[in-house]
Amino acid sequence: MSESSIESMKTKPSNEAFFWLLFSAGGVVAAVLIPIQLFLFGLAFPLGWLPQPSYEHLMALVHSPLARLYLFVLCSLPLFHWAHRFRFTLYDGLQVKHLNEVIFAFCYGGALLGTVLAAYLLSSI
Amino acid sequence: MTDQAAIGQTTTDQAVRSEFHPRWHRKRVSTWWWLGEWHYLKFILRELTSLSVAWFVVLTLFQLRALLHGPETYAHFTGRLQSPLMIALNLIAFCFVIFHAITWFNLAPRAMAVRMGGKRVPEVLVAAPNYVLWFAVSAFVGWLLLRTP
Repeated sequence: MSESSIESMKTKPSNEAFFWLLFSAGGVVAAVLIPIQLFLFGLAFPLGWLPQPSYEHLMALVHSPLARLYLFVLCSLPLFHWAHRFRFTLYDGLQVKHLNEVIFAFCYGGALLGTVLAAYLLSSI
Repeated sequence: MTDQAAIGQTTTDQAVRSEFHPRWHRKRVSTWWWLGEWHYLKFILRELTSLSVAWFVVLTLFQLRALLHGPETYAHFTGRLQSPLMIALNLIAFCFVIFHAITWFNLAPRAMAVRMGGKRVPEVLVAAPNYVLWFAVSAFVGWLLLRTP
């Protein structure tokens, strides 16, 4: 880990633990669920390898509370995973220390926005 | 603190005279430091998997929006996913997400050393339950979407 990330950890230890928890929870969700979801909806269905599920079938699924919870978790937690990892990619990879606050606001602001959007869409579907 | 400062002072004084004078000037690290070695490149590639994760979520949010707007909008959405550009993007994202999954699952044995009868359980065995869970969940999600109601 580079000095910039260690420094930012020193300044807000409690917050970093919280964000790190979100990062790992999102990492698990992303690892277990995204590959199959992306494979089916992004490759197998569009390419005709597998029959596309009908609109009605998907709506019936989405209307069950468990599926909504699943979709909310599927959208929200991986975004916080992204926010944490991408933040450090920018800190360490590009060595742009002077922009740390901007990067932080962009990453977590984005994750929060996505979470709100997911909640809104799932509640109105 | 004062002790340390004093020690720092003396070492600095000595350092001036010693032939192993520490270099205070630090070289700026290039933006492209990670391109030189496979190990670093792998690290950066793993870090970049987060972009594919974000891409997938954005796609899913658009999908939910299309579902909300009705069958025509949803048909339009699935039609767009068939364009070569979207197929290419999703293929790249899929590879990155698989890379994330594998590196993530393989971290488990590094994070905790499981011992049985005084011996350390091989890393492969510690990571195995992750893969079992992964395949079971994937099969279940596939079954939910593909079964004919």
